[in-house]
Amino acid sequence: MKILVCISNVPDTTSKITFTDNNTAFNSNGIQYIINPYDELALSKAVELADGGKANVTVIHVGDVASEPTIRKALAVGADQAVRIDAPPRDAWFVANQIATYAKTENFDLILTGRESIDYNGAQVQAYIAELLQIPSVSIAKRIEINGNEATIDREIEGGKEVLTVNLPVVIGTAEGVAEVKIPNMRGIMGARSKPLTVLPAVDVPALSTISNYETPTPRGAVTLIDKDNINKLVELLHTEAKVI
Amino acid sequence: MSILVYIENVEGNFKKSGFEALSYAKAIADTLQQEVYALSIGNVENTELEKAGKYGASKIINVQQEQLKNFVNQAYASIIADIAKSTGASTIILSNSFSGKGLAPRVATKLNAGLADAATSLPIIEGETWKIKKTVFSSKAIATIDLLSPLKVISLAPNAYEPSESPSDIQIENYTPKIEQSDFSTIIKEIVRATDKVSLPEADIVVSAGRGMKGPEHWGLVEELADVLGAATACSKPVSDAGWRPHEEHVGQTGLAVSPNLYIAIGISGAIQHLAGVSSSKTIVVINKDPEAPFFKVADYGIVGDAFEIVPQLIEALKRYKSN
Ligand SMILES: Cc1cc2nc3c(=O)[nH]c(=O)nc-3n(C[C@H](O)[C@H](O)[C@H](O)COP(=O)(O)OP(=O)(O)OC[C@H]3O[C@@H](n4cnc5c(N)ncnc54)[C@H](O)[C@@H]3O)c2cc1C
Ligand SMILES: Nc1ncnc2c1ncn2[C@@H]1O[C@H](COP(=O)(O)O)[C@@H](O)[C@H]1O
Repeated sequence: MKILVCISNVPDTTSKITFTDNNTAFNSNGIQYIINPYDELALSKAVELADGGKANVTVIHVGDVASEPTIRKALAVGADQAVRIDAPPRDAWFVANQIATYAKTENFDLILTGRESIDYNGAQVQAYIAELLQIPSVSIAKRIEINGNEATIDREIEGGKEVLTVNLPVVIGTAEGVAEVKIPNMRGIMGARSKPLTVLPAVDVPALSTISNYETPTPRGAVTLIDKDNINKLVELLHTEAKVI
Repeated sequence: MSILVYIENVEGNFKKSGFEALSYAKAIADTLQQEVYALSIGNVENTELEKAGKYGASKIINVQQEQLKNFVNQAYASIIADIAKSTGASTIILSNSFSGKGLAPRVATKLNAGLADAATSLPIIEGETWKIKKTVFSSKAIATIDLLSPLKVISLAPNAYEPSESPSDIQIENYTPKIEQSDFSTIIKEIVRATDKVSLPEADIVVSAGRGMKGPEHWGLVEELADVLGAATACSKPVSDAGWRPHEEHVGQTGLAVSPNLYIAIGISGAIQHLAGVSSSKTIVVINKDPEAPFFKVADYGIVGDAFEIVPQLIEALKRYKSN
């Protein structure tokens, strides 16, 4: 089985988010990057399925050379090789086209992404890839089992879950529950250095959208503290002031 | 030209987010002097279909076929794109629900349209360019997306646009699509839905609790408060990690992002990763025994004290309020 895991590079969750160029560009100065947490789940699931040889795992990242530490970390977790498409990840449509173009040449049985990235929170890449490849996709998977050529997946739906089966190949967006996050060990880290990392040029993709401005949300006013012996006051304020009950 | 709105249903009932999408579409259609057409796929009765008229649709296209009873994203995407083409829709609007997320990029690809996902504002229309806002970096920022393509797909964030009635005469048009078997590669085995509970992603009110509740045996209190308010329940990550609550209740950076009208946080410290998933809630109430808990900094109302004393009193106070 050949598995492709799509890895994005996102600001560490505690990062302060600021913008430059008159609020038109994200300021990456001083930002610590990590593997998107959902992609860690995807990668951990892939490595679990491979279980030391039952599958071959490729990680792919669209981004510039600065994200190679993230790719090496993915190799340290247990991927066999990596591909980097050498271009800034302009948007989900661009990224998905790069990944689909690469995937067309390789016939993967399983393509895993995170359910969404925690920077742009698009949850788009996964369905775009599937549509470009004309194969099925499952957007928010909480459990994945592979049996021969068939995947059984629990998909999250509002207020519950759907259990479905699908024949490979399929693109799946992973959420909590699919796997325990694997932390790289020393052997993995050492081994990662000599695993193949191929850099490929990007294909041209006309833009259908662009981000023209960023702003920070207006801060809330100061908290109104209510005495714990006067709970009725809270109920009253929720009704008359906040108008939410 | 027209705007096409796909409305999801659950067991034959339209979702509230569908009416939000219709109202949103109606507001755009009014500025552009276009019609709003709704689209329903699945087994929905006429009385339900007619409800789309209340929110401004002049026509609803009804696709009802046994094979399409349940959501299959490839098949649904094909149908939505085909109907968009045949009705000459310039804009396709759907809700950014769990299913919508798997659908919108496919529809956009088929139509070579730009996609504004999880939209939180009406577009500012500047000729062919539409400017639409969405929250990014886990609610730490808001981005303006410029849609540049002639055809546009917008998936509307849940709870971002208040449904408003705008009654119009509605015509129901039954439609039998051509369907390709290759669009049905996923087979649904089972759907499990907790019908007695308010669904968290769509809830107007969320009662959420953290490690301050000490253990799963105390969740009766959280549930009782939620019941009085007609709210959904949620929790912090350590709570679901410890197995006190199911994973789907976990909100925050690595869990679900919610933006209800009212979010009540009980015994949650307010770590940045937690806030990432809840800070766009309209009103936030925090109950915490530690006056220094970071959550108070982003709260509208706060009570400093022991949850085990405060929550029962709050339940009583709300019951009194409700009975008046
Ligand atoms: C990469 C990453 C991703 C993460 N993602 C998430 C996420 O998505 N969601 C999330 O929630 N967390 C997430 N976390 C964890 C997060 O950093 C915090 O550890 C977590 O939110 C803390 O949960 P808590 O507030 O329930 O527990 P604690 O931090 O232990 O806080 C408990 C609170 O309860 C109060 N308390 C105790 N007893 C009482 C009482 N009797 N009455 C009233 N108050 C009481 C305490 O004062 C305290 O403020 C993530 C962390 C990392 C590193
Ligand atoms: N630059 C990238 N390179 C490779 N994969 C990516 C990239 N950006 C996003 N992805 C994948 O697509 C998923 C969803 O991202 P998004 O659609 O941006 O929310 C992520 O969890 C990754 O698996």
